[in-house]
Amino acid sequence: MFGYALLLIIAMSLIAYFVGRSAGSRFATNSQEKIHSLPSYHGAFVAVWVGIPALILLLLWVGLQGTAIDQLLLSSLPEQMTEGASASQLNLYLQEIHNVTTGRVFGEPSPEIKAAAERLIRWEAIARWAMLVVILALTIVVLMITRAQLSPRFRARNNVERIVSGLMIFCATLAILTTLGIIGSLLFEAWAFFQMVPVSEFLFGLNWEPQIPIREDQVAAAGAFGAIPVFTGTLLIAFIAMLVATPIGLLTAIYLVEYASDRVRSTVKPIMEILAGVPTVVYGFFAVLIVAPAVRDFGSVLGLAVSPNSALAAGGVMGIMIIPFISSLSDDALNAVPRAMRDGSLAMGSTRSETMLNVLLPAALPGIMGGILLALSRAIGETMIVVMAAGLIANLTFNPVDSVTTVTVQIVTLLIGDTSFDSPKTLAAFALGLVLFIITLCLNVLAIRIVQKYREKYD
Amino acid sequence: MSAVAVAANDKAFETVRTPDPEPRPIKIKASDVSVFYGEKQALFDVSIDIPERAVTAFIGPSGCGKSTFLRCFNRMNDTIDICRVTGEMLVSDANIYDPRLDVVELRARVGMVFQKPNPFPKSIWDNIAYGPKIHGLAKTKAEFDVIVEESLQKAGLWNEVKDRLHEPGTGLSGGQQQRLCIARAVAVSPEVILMDEPCSALDPIATAKVEELIDELRENYTIVIVTHSMQQAARVSQRTAFFHLGILVEEGPTNVLFTSPKEKRTQDYITGRFG
Repeated sequence: MFGYALLLIIAMSLIAYFVGRSAGSRFATNSQEKIHSLPSYHGAFVAVWVGIPALILLLLWVGLQGTAIDQLLLSSLPEQMTEGASASQLNLYLQEIHNVTTGRVFGEPSPEIKAAAERLIRWEAIARWAMLVVILALTIVVLMITRAQLSPRFRARNNVERIVSGLMIFCATLAILTTLGIIGSLLFEAWAFFQMVPVSEFLFGLNWEPQIPIREDQVAAAGAFGAIPVFTGTLLIAFIAMLVATPIGLLTAIYLVEYASDRVRSTVKPIMEILAGVPTVVYGFFAVLIVAPAVRDFGSVLGLAVSPNSALAAGGVMGIMIIPFISSLSDDALNAVPRAMRDGSLAMGSTRSETMLNVLLPAALPGIMGGILLALSRAIGETMIVVMAAGLIANLTFNPVDSVTTVTVQIVTLLIGDTSFDSPKTLAAFALGLVLFIITLCLNVLAIRIVQKYREKYD
Repeated sequence: MSAVAVAANDKAFETVRTPDPEPRPIKIKASDVSVFYGEKQALFDVSIDIPERAVTAFIGPSGCGKSTFLRCFNRMNDTIDICRVTGEMLVSDANIYDPRLDVVELRARVGMVFQKPNPFPKSIWDNIAYGPKIHGLAKTKAEFDVIVEESLQKAGLWNEVKDRLHEPGTGLSGGQQQRLCIARAVAVSPEVILMDEPCSALDPIATAKVEELIDELRENYTIVIVTHSMQQAARVSQRTAFFHLGILVEEGPTNVLFTSPKEKRTQDYITGRFG
């Protein structure tokens, strides 16, 4: 029925458009005065006014119909059933009625419930038709009103422009509101967590063992929520990733900008882009199946005991993943250095590498730093590779061949499986997520600031 | 294609040359230099002698190849992938297109100042010391200080910046920046200084200062300047060469070229009939 209503609104808007446009063209041919707006603006004005209120009404209707009917159902139930019943009791009734209407019946429902179910079916049918009729009526009324407003000097163009800009503001706000909503939900759940575990213990505790008994009689550790080992693990892996990605990415960019011939550039760049487009889960396979065993074998040759899910393997593969990120951002930064700067240095008799080292790199450094910070925040937030290749146990260590865990891995493992949303174990995931969010947000803001400051210099 | 076609017809065209009344020693000798950008030929068999310790000006309408020719003198055209240069060019009797020649060394001998002032984003001191540093002309800071002061003195900038040598060179005014670039070029003690429209981004007062400076530098350096302003060419140069559509049409002493040009195209250009 929603689909039909939508079609109806679209059809009415089209009709309204043609009504408005034909009115507009009639003004244009008949009127003595010069008309203010083109006929198509008249059409758009009427169409928008017919369509948007009807659309809002439709959405409101769909959103509120369920609750309204439920309320009616409850009040239609016999008094002795609802008298003194708790909210959950009432919910149960409603659930039962809805189940009966969809045919999912367990046992024999009581006659009151059956009667209510019949009423529900009837009312829903009525509501559906009522919705169509009301929308039709609304569109027709609005069409008449707006049509009556049209005149040769009517400022349809300005009105349409205003509506269009309003629409864009609405879309932009939607994105911002979503962000705020995400932050809000994180904050809310994290707050619940910090009611159970003190902030200081979470931020400064050295022990991370989020296993807590689910039932009273279960034997398990009491659970410890010190996030330090998780964050050091994240930083260790991100650090290894940056150690791999920064030099390789930067040197790639330098090669592409300064040394590569056009042919090489046009081959290498698309390949780098393919690298950027590989799904992270595929990098995960690569880490688990190839890099981790290789690191392990290499370690055993050196006489090192390498953990099968070492930070080195996970970090190394993550580094490979962010190489294209760093190289393309550094490439942009180096290319943004004016050519005159390069020519000036070359004309002084410096070689390409001297020019790069003394002139281009210093000039592009802010842009490159920004790129590295963005890449770092990406490495910290990366999930799939570490879920597959890093460990689960939170070791407080900086040994790259040891197994460490990361924030994202912990969030995933905490939320997988049967969990209840009021245990600190589950809520800890949100606290971790919140801290992770704050860290990456700060890094991004810092990076964007640096990049912007740098832009002002040459434009 | 039309430019190529015109040039092909003009292949037999001989540059009109007027020698100096009293000949000067030759610093740069170009013979039959042609430049190609990919398929397109930008310069057609240009031959010219550049006298030592004098200012030679290249004039001509936009796109006539004068800047391209200038950039052949220190092989800056090498930085453009598709650019190809044929012919012979001798600086102090050494062919600079000899494969054994080190471009870095050449550019230390043939400095260049660009159209737009392009100081490096470093301090004034570092800007000047940059060249001497990469060429190993000085070792201690005191030696560098001497070079920096001398170069800034020669560029007439010392008094203006001596108290802020460690402030960024990009913070100077446009005219000061351009003189800083000239000081930077002078710092490596080149034999030749090439100037590619050095005043086109400057106001008249800064232009006058730079022109004055060029006149002073003439005592010690061979200067080749590309300019759009015929007044400027007349003011600063001793010899002038007129380019048109990639061809060197006429060259001679500046006063002769501007007062009694022998070639019609030269006359049309300097009287403002085209260009």
